[in-house]
Amino acid sequence: MHRVAPQTSVSDDATVVAALRDGDEHVFAELVTAYSNPLLRLAQDFVRTRSVAEEVVQETWLAVFEGIDRFEGRSSLKTWLFRILVNKAKSRGAREARTVPFSSLAPTDDESAVPEDRFRGPDNQWAGHWASPPRPLDTYPEHRLLAREVRGRIGQALEALPDSQRVVVTLRDVAGWDADEVCETLGLSEGNQRVLLHRGRAKLRAALEQYLDED
Amino acid sequence: MAVPDATDLTCRELVELVTDYLEGALAARDRLDFERHLVWCSWCRDYLDHMRTTIAITGRPETADPPSPLREQLLEAFRDWKTARE
Repeated sequence: MHRVAPQTSVSDDATVVAALRDGDEHVFAELVTAYSNPLLRLAQDFVRTRSVAEEVVQETWLAVFEGIDRFEGRSSLKTWLFRILVNKAKSRGAREARTVPFSSLAPTDDESAVPEDRFRGPDNQWAGHWASPPRPLDTYPEHRLLAREVRGRIGQALEALPDSQRVVVTLRDVAGWDADEVCETLGLSEGNQRVLLHRGRAKLRAALEQYLDED
Repeated sequence: MAVPDATDLTCRELVELVTDYLEGALAARDRLDFERHLVWCSWCRDYLDHMRTTIAITGRPETADPPSPLREQLLEAFRDWKTARE
């Protein structure tokens, strides 16, 4: 796991918060790059139009400026950032009378985490065991996992997820929320939250594997 | 390696339990079965490693810039805020 540790300075909250309080534009610009796309995508799940979503993102950053002196680090900076965004987007969505799709978030049809043909068929004495197993990560060149490109590929796969899976994976794995907060905010049962997370993560894992197998 | 017992978890079943396992949502008995499978199945250990790595990479900062008008507006808002603070 140490091989995939975050590498950019925006991962160190104390440094980032101090830099923001000092008005360090370089650090702010890095944060904008790191989080604006997922914030924007998430806002669009709550409000009607892209332009309103952009306004919500702007309001969110203004609230960060206003609140940064009081930020105590009880949650991580990004968890807090996404919390502000979701609160603003929800109230904006409510004002627009937009029906937030989250009451219908419940997972519907069955889907497998891994395609069936990667497992041995019922006639095999090893039925249900891997026929085409995943490769150990340490057999891939190390730089492939460290490349900036790999986060971009995961980002594309995230973008392509069904809305309900994307929202849950974004809040859990991008924003770092815990399961309870996601369930409460979206009105999901614990079980449904886990199913959506499971299906979304399985697709991201498949995208990672595909990327790694490319050369 | 002995041929698995019919009551043992298959790899196909295990991959569907990975999230419940990582979330600490498996009942004690199921967790034991899960972990016992991992002891002898390096393929499923690799799968779990893929999954943990995927989660870690998803948590890394995004690398693609937002649309440039938005980016410019945000930087401008930051400068305004900074000026007002001084």
